[in-house]
Amino acid sequence: MRKIKEYIIEKSLLSSALITIAVTVGIILVLAIEAVQFFKEVSILDFFTDTQWTPLFTDKHYGILPLLSGTLLTSFIAIAVALPVGLTISIYLSEYAPKGFRKTIKPLLELLAAIPTVVYGFFALIVVTPFLQEIIPNLSGFNSLSAGIVMGIMIIPFISSISEDALHAVPKELKEASYGMGATKLQTAFKVVVPAASSGIIVSIILAISRAIGETMIVAIAAGQQPRLTIDPTVPVETITAYIVQVSLGDVQHGSIEYRTIFAAGITLFVFTFLLNTLSYRIRKKYQEKYE
Amino acid sequence: MLICNIIKRQKLTMKKTILIISLAIVAIACGEKKEKKDNAASKVSSTMEGTIKVDGSSTVFPVTEAVAEEFRAVQPKVKVTIGVSGTGGGFKKFSRGETNLSNASRPIKDKEKAACAENNINYLELEVAYDGLAVLVNPENDWVDNFTVEELKKIWEPSAQGVIMKWNQIRPEWPDKEIHLFGPGVASGTYDYFTEAIVGKSGSSRGDFTASEDDHVLVQGIAGDKYSLGFFGLAYYSENKDKLTLIGVNNGEEVVKPTLETVSNGTYSPLSRPLFIYVNSTSVKSKEVVEFVNFYIDNAGELSTDVGYIPLPKENYAKQKENFKTFVENNK
Repeated sequence: MRKIKEYIIEKSLLSSALITIAVTVGIILVLAIEAVQFFKEVSILDFFTDTQWTPLFTDKHYGILPLLSGTLLTSFIAIAVALPVGLTISIYLSEYAPKGFRKTIKPLLELLAAIPTVVYGFFALIVVTPFLQEIIPNLSGFNSLSAGIVMGIMIIPFISSISEDALHAVPKELKEASYGMGATKLQTAFKVVVPAASSGIIVSIILAISRAIGETMIVAIAAGQQPRLTIDPTVPVETITAYIVQVSLGDVQHGSIEYRTIFAAGITLFVFTFLLNTLSYRIRKKYQEKYE
Repeated sequence: MLICNIIKRQKLTMKKTILIISLAIVAIACGEKKEKKDNAASKVSSTMEGTIKVDGSSTVFPVTEAVAEEFRAVQPKVKVTIGVSGTGGGFKKFSRGETNLSNASRPIKDKEKAACAENNINYLELEVAYDGLAVLVNPENDWVDNFTVEELKKIWEPSAQGVIMKWNQIRPEWPDKEIHLFGPGVASGTYDYFTEAIVGKSGSSRGDFTASEDDHVLVQGIAGDKYSLGFFGLAYYSENKDKLTLIGVNNGEEVVKPTLETVSNGTYSPLSRPLFIYVNSTSVKSKEVVEFVNFYIDNAGELSTDVGYIPLPKENYAKQKENFKTFVENNK
């Protein structure tokens, strides 16, 4: 009896793991099949070298670069905001903050990640953009700057939390040795603890980048919907995710080339986040070997 | 799809909440009265049965659909089927007597008239609403006071893609600044109409502009960008007058700004047009068609506003109704 029970539990656990994998494989397959259809009609060379993306219009161009540049630009701005802030917070929390304070402030910070992204999007559009326009008068109503900054705020907890865990995991002996050598707290934090935890910090950054690249709602709302190959943060751009939203909203015909563009865009996005996640996994693995 | 709807909803939420609250108050206030009126209406006219076939323009479709929906509340047993074969396709069926009503976004052509005559189809043309487009810039834009149709074409035609990027390429005295374009997405009838009227071919335009089916996005975009230019349905502009500057269009003779008057008398050309329904003489022999058309004329003003068009002046509706009455009398 007991054996049967064990057997059932074991198999159901296995099947739930398999279902997750099956779903992932299914998604990849659908993406790949439709993308292959797409690349039968559009050469892969054009896809990566054409500087215009206008599949829905008369003069059709299928260059992913404008969407990619929009995605990378917003993500870059987000990281530029989140990295210094997140890192400062994590160093403060792990090295300076009193224990009680750390315990309360950490969950509060993680609350930032709990805010629905659509709320962030509107925050960017109706609060941050008008505010930035006071400083930069030529700023467009839709722009990658405000979307990027708000996205940066959103991913702060990714960086602060994971980095803080990494900093916290640095063996006490290292710190004590540093103090023993007569180093100050600041010197210890930046010259000993941060380098020791660097792989963890890098993982946190990569995860944050991956999150920023895949982020949809904020950029769809606040960054505009115009594919544009630019590094100017003050003009409207369109990210890969925002394009997918835009096309899904319109009434493109199922099975048409316009319809397949979203799969081509989707798989590009997937490849990016997949590479980043693999990278972070590798680094994490290395880091674990080092300290356990 | 769902996600997008959510975005839209979110955007509308605040406005909507206010609207809903105020509507609720109004509804509570006059709910009883209206109910009585509705009851009275349905009691007076006996219940009818039958099918009314409508086909034609996709532009008129939203109005006819809205009317049909309201009509269902009055005459639940009358089935109204509405096709969208386009104005020309609709007239083809209409001239063969296959439909009772035809939706049209332009007057009937001579060729189509001849086809109707061949099959002994007499018909009546009824104006139901106007479709108008507004060309808009940011209120801080102090250099533009009008556009010619050619200039608009130069900005929006497919060959402008990646080429016409700055204001001074349109008129040299305008600033040497990038122009940011906003317009409805390819799925919208407004986009089809604009491209047809300006570029000359429906659905043909440049692709490097911010295209959104959501008018709120366009309003936000134009209102927040000094170097913006955009267009959308005129009805929508009237809700956002304070945030946008309406630009007149030079039709070759004079600069005309779209207003209720210039749209209804046709001087705001080519960005406004009347919308029609056509009804044939054999159909008006059946009661339900007469009832439906009368209901259409009575409600077209209000419902056309709801779907984003411009209503005719009240006296025009009265005139249409008069015309229809005589048409029915003559074909009894």
